[in-house]
Amino acid sequence: MNVAKPNSYRSGPDERGHFGIFGGRFVAETLMPLILDLEKAYTAAKADPAFQAEMNGYLKNYVGRPSPLYFAERLTEHLGGAKIYLKREELNHTGSHKVNNVLGQIMLARRMGKKRIIAETGAGQHGVATATLCARFGLECIVYMGAVDVERQQPNVIRMEMLGATVVPVQSGTRTLKDAMNEALRDWVTNVHNTFYCIGTVAGPHPYPTLVRDFQSIIGNETKVQMQEVEGRLPDSLVACIGGGSNAMGLFHPFLDDSTVEIFGVEAAGHGLTQLHAASIAGGRPGVLHGNRTYLLMDADGQIQDAHSISAGLDYPGIGPEHSWLHEIGRVNYLSATDDEALAAFQLLSKLEGIIPALEPAHAIAKVMELAPKRPKDHLMVVNLSGRGDKDVPQVGDILKGKTK
Amino acid sequence: MSTRIDTRFAELKKQGRAAFVTYVMAGDPDPATSLEVVKALSKSGADVIELGIPFTDPMADGPSIQAAGLRALKNGMTLKKTLDLVHGFRKDDNFTPLVLMGYYNPIYIYGVDKFLADAKTAGVDGLIIVDLPPEEDDELCIPALKAGLNFIRLATPTTDDKRLPAVLANTSGFVYYVSIAGITGAAAADANAVGQAVARIKRHTKLPICVGFGIRTPEAARAIAEKADGSVVGTALVDALKNSLDAEGRATAKTVNAVAELTAALAQGVRAAKQAAE
Repeated sequence: MNVAKPNSYRSGPDERGHFGIFGGRFVAETLMPLILDLEKAYTAAKADPAFQAEMNGYLKNYVGRPSPLYFAERLTEHLGGAKIYLKREELNHTGSHKVNNVLGQIMLARRMGKKRIIAETGAGQHGVATATLCARFGLECIVYMGAVDVERQQPNVIRMEMLGATVVPVQSGTRTLKDAMNEALRDWVTNVHNTFYCIGTVAGPHPYPTLVRDFQSIIGNETKVQMQEVEGRLPDSLVACIGGGSNAMGLFHPFLDDSTVEIFGVEAAGHGLTQLHAASIAGGRPGVLHGNRTYLLMDADGQIQDAHSISAGLDYPGIGPEHSWLHEIGRVNYLSATDDEALAAFQLLSKLEGIIPALEPAHAIAKVMELAPKRPKDHLMVVNLSGRGDKDVPQVGDILKGKTK
Repeated sequence: MSTRIDTRFAELKKQGRAAFVTYVMAGDPDPATSLEVVKALSKSGADVIELGIPFTDPMADGPSIQAAGLRALKNGMTLKKTLDLVHGFRKDDNFTPLVLMGYYNPIYIYGVDKFLADAKTAGVDGLIIVDLPPEEDDELCIPALKAGLNFIRLATPTTDDKRLPAVLANTSGFVYYVSIAGITGAAAADANAVGQAVARIKRHTKLPICVGFGIRTPEAARAIAEKADGSVVGTALVDALKNSLDAEGRATAKTVNAVAELTAALAQGVRAAKQAAE
C-alpha cells in the first residue's frame, strides 16, 4: 500500500473524526446534536483531574486493576519459541476488558445528567459490564442483543437480568450484533432527551472510536509498565483478537510509536475465508455503516453481508475505523483464525495453563500457536486475554460432544 | 438551475395548496410491480415521489420500511435497477419530481460520480440521504449540487436554532422536517407542534418545508398540510402494499390498486387543507 508514513501513529483522529479516510460522523440529523454534545462533554471530562481521579478509584477497587501480566510458562514450553505473556483482562470484575470502557462512559453519562443507558451486545460481555455499572450507579439499563446471540450466550443473558437490566432480543435482519446495533440506534433516535448510548467497541460515529480507545488504553499502558518491571524492556510483539477491535486497540495504541514492537490483530475467519466468516479486513473493503467509514463485509451493491463466527463477540461485519487505517498504513498486521483453530486454542490454554479463555481471545491464542514457534526464546510476546470462557462453556461443551460422538 | 422539484413547488404555490409527497420502496415487492406502483402514485395525486433505495441496515427506519427493503433485496433489487426503474417511470411522466431516499453505502460503493451522472440521466431530481449530516457534505451533497441535483436535508426536533443555518446551508429543493424524534412509522405527529417547528424553520429559509414521519391518514395529512408546504406519507403506503401481497410475499392483482386507492384518499385530504397563512 502506497501510503505516506505519519510522524506519529497516535495523533488521530482529526477534528472531524477521521483516521485517514476512515471514521467520520455518518448519522441521522436527529443524532448529530447528541454526538456533538458527547464530544464536548468528553473533552471537558478529559481535562478535569477530578474525573480521572474518580475513575482511577473505581478502576482499582471496583474493577480490580491493574490486571496481572502473567508469564504462561507451560504454553511457552509447549510451543518452543517466544516467551508468552498473558495480559489477564479476564480477571477484571465482570470477566472481560469491556468494563474499562463502560466505567468511563457511565461516568460521562452521569456528568451529562443522563439517567437511561442503552447498549448493544454480541457475546454479552459488554452488556454484562453495562448492566453491572448501571446497577452500581442506579441507572436504567436496556441491552439490545441479537436473538441468535441470546440463544448461544444464555449465561450472560441471565446475568444481565439479575443485574436489573432489560435484555431486548433483536429479531430484525440477521439477528446478531449488527442488528443489535441498528436497534440501539433506533432507540437512541427515539429517546434523545434522556438516553446515553454506551457503545461497546471502537466503532460508531466520532467521538466513540476515540473515546472507547482512550478508556481501553489502560490495557497497553499497564502492559508497558509491567513488562518493564519483569523484563526491563519493551515487548517484541503484541497479539489480540478483533471483532470491532476494542481490546486490541486498548493494547496496541500505547505501543504504536514503538517501532520495534510487531503488532498482530486476529480477525474471525469462521468456516474459512472463502466461506462464511467475520474477517472484515481480510475479506471486506471500505464502506459506510453505523456512523463510520471502515472495512465492511458487503456485496457488489453495497448491501451488508452476514458475518459468521463461532464467537458471538466477533460476529460483526465491520471493524473499528482506526484499525482500517492501521491496516492501510501497514503498522498492524491483520491475520485471521477459523472456528476450528479457535476451538483448539480454547482447549489448549485450558489444559496447559488452567485458564479457560473466552472464544474471542481463543482466536488470538490460535495465532500465537503459529507465531510463537517461529520466534527465538528471548522474544517477548504479549497476548491480550480479553475475557474468560465461563459464558462459552455450555456452547463449547455441546460442540465437543457433537464432535467426539 | 431549476429542477422539476422547484417547478412543482412554484406551481403549487400559485394554486395555493400544499404538496402531497409519497414514499415507496424501489423494487417492493419486485421491480416490475414497483414500476407500476410508482406510475400509480403520480396518477393518483402524488405531487412529489420519494423512492426508497433498499438497504440491509436502515438505521432510521421502523419495521415496515425495513421489511419492504428486505423484500426488494430478496427479489434482486439493486441501486442500478432502482435507476432503471426511474428511467422507466420517466418514459411516461416527465413532470412529477422524483427523489431518491436512502442510506449512503450503496451510493458510495456504486461510486459517487458515476451515480450522480447515471441518476441525472435516469431522471432523478433530488436526494435524501439519511446518514449524511452537513458535517459530511463533501461526500455527496456538494458533488450532487454541482451535478444539478437537489440535496434535500432532514431537519429534526433536535436541530436547534443554532444548528439550523448549518443544516440549511447546502439544502435545496425543499426541507424535510422530521416531525418526531424517532424512526419511520412510529409515533403520530402533533400538528400544533409541527406548526411551531415549521414557523421556526421558515425564519431561516425561503425553501418549502415538507413534514413527514407519523402521518398515516387523510385527516392527518390534511392537518399537517395546513401547517406546512407539504405532507409526506411513507409507512402507510408501504403497509397498504404489504397487505395486498400473498402469503409468500408476492404481488397480487390487488397490489397496484391498493396503493393507488390510499394515495387518492390521502391526496384528497391534502387538497382539502386550508392554505396556511403566509
